[in-house]
Amino acid sequence: MEEMALTIKGTQQGILLRPLSASWADVLQALDNALRDAETFFRGGRVILDMGTQELTRENLGMLRDVLDRYDMELWAVLSENEDTVRTARSFGLRTRLPGEATPKEQPTPALPEANALVVQRTLRSGQSLKYPGHIVLIGDVNPGAEIIAGGHIIVWGKMRGLAHAGALGDEQAIICALELAPAQLRIAGHFGRPPEGRRRKSLPETAKISDGDIVVEPWFTRE
Amino acid sequence: MAGKIITISSGKGGVGKTTATANIGLGLAMLGVRVICIDADIGLRNLDVMLGLENRIVYDIVNYIEGRCRFRQALVRDKRFPELFMLPAAQTRAKDAVTVEQMKSVAYEAAQMVDYVLIDSPAGIEHGFRCASAPAEMVLVVTNPEIASVRDADRVVGLLEAEGGPPVRLIVNRIKPELIRRKEMLAPEDIVDMLAVDLIGLVPEDPEILAAGNRGQPVVLNNGSPAGQAFMDIARRLQGEDVPFAPLKAPSIFTRIFGSH
Repeated sequence: MEEMALTIKGTQQGILLRPLSASWADVLQALDNALRDAETFFRGGRVILDMGTQELTRENLGMLRDVLDRYDMELWAVLSENEDTVRTARSFGLRTRLPGEATPKEQPTPALPEANALVVQRTLRSGQSLKYPGHIVLIGDVNPGAEIIAGGHIIVWGKMRGLAHAGALGDEQAIICALELAPAQLRIAGHFGRPPEGRRRKSLPETAKISDGDIVVEPWFTRE
Repeated sequence: MAGKIITISSGKGGVGKTTATANIGLGLAMLGVRVICIDADIGLRNLDVMLGLENRIVYDIVNYIEGRCRFRQALVRDKRFPELFMLPAAQTRAKDAVTVEQMKSVAYEAAQMVDYVLIDSPAGIEHGFRCASAPAEMVLVVTNPEIASVRDADRVVGLLEAEGGPPVRLIVNRIKPELIRRKEMLAPEDIVDMLAVDLIGLVPEDPEILAAGNRGQPVVLNNGSPAGQAFMDIARRLQGEDVPFAPLKAPSIFTRIFGSH
């Protein structure tokens, strides 16, 4: 599957790409799809490519840059355990080490703690979309047919009746909470869930998060 | 002083835009003000039929824009109220025959003549909708108490807001109180709550509407029609009257069986 050809994750230093497929064409295709879906979201970002032990040829590096260029994104660093790849990256003037001793892979929850929040006060109507790489706080309702996509948490001070995608850069620690959670669909990182058919509408604040690989929804007040 | 330009819109088709335009236009005329109704649904004109004026059309809006006639020649005077006019759409042309700028200049010209200009917008959110809403000082969004049309109305309100557009008022049309009581239909309160816009009319479902449209005699002319009364209330509210919303009563078993027909 294309979606499995690479992972995209937000880190403090940049957007971390990790190819999973040996086929570079599949990786680029998956990247292109992901960027097209979330275009405004990633626009202008800088990219860290983590190749692991896989080799990256000059040609493949060029093709990757072409894809990123289309979305105004800059390839900033290439991390690799392969000497040839490191040499190739250096010849392109790219970093091969990140500043500071820690590499992104040693940070368990890189995006969340320091991410910025976007605060918006309005009704998000059908066909409207709100995207932000950090957290989103919406004061107002999300109506059916609207979508809200954040790299971090999503907090809706109102009714959540559209689509919400928290942790859209892959962060599984992200949560979605709303005064009334009656969404068409919830997504957190790569997981998604629908409310059960015929679920009665509760008007009490609820929180959705990932627990044991599934999205679970809990009332905000767990004790009286 | 120029008249007020009001566009009637909905997003979804078939919810009663043209019926609302005809009835509100006639209702305003009955209150004694001067009105021009513009049919902006180029290529699919209907307003003339609803108003019973289809066989009086000589020129249309596209003829006027192309300079084939003067503005007053394109207007069709109502057969009941001499201060009510209709500017017909062109039936044989495509939607893009009128540009946004042309529609604006037509509406502004109409507003010089009368107190109200009502523009009947085509369905959809494309060019025709943008033309019809561009000159508006107020948009009446018509919806039915069902999820699809409420969502389309929401889309329309969002597009109008995004363009920093005019104030929006909501008309909920074709309400069936019995279904709301049985929770099989969205209640107007829920619709207003979701759309977060002010209400200007609650129009009950009325079997008279269909026949009235076919006859070209809108229900607002019929004193006994609940829908007609609701449209008249909208006209009064546009005129600044504080008309309370009539409670929506389901017809009792009695009137349903021994109804007035």
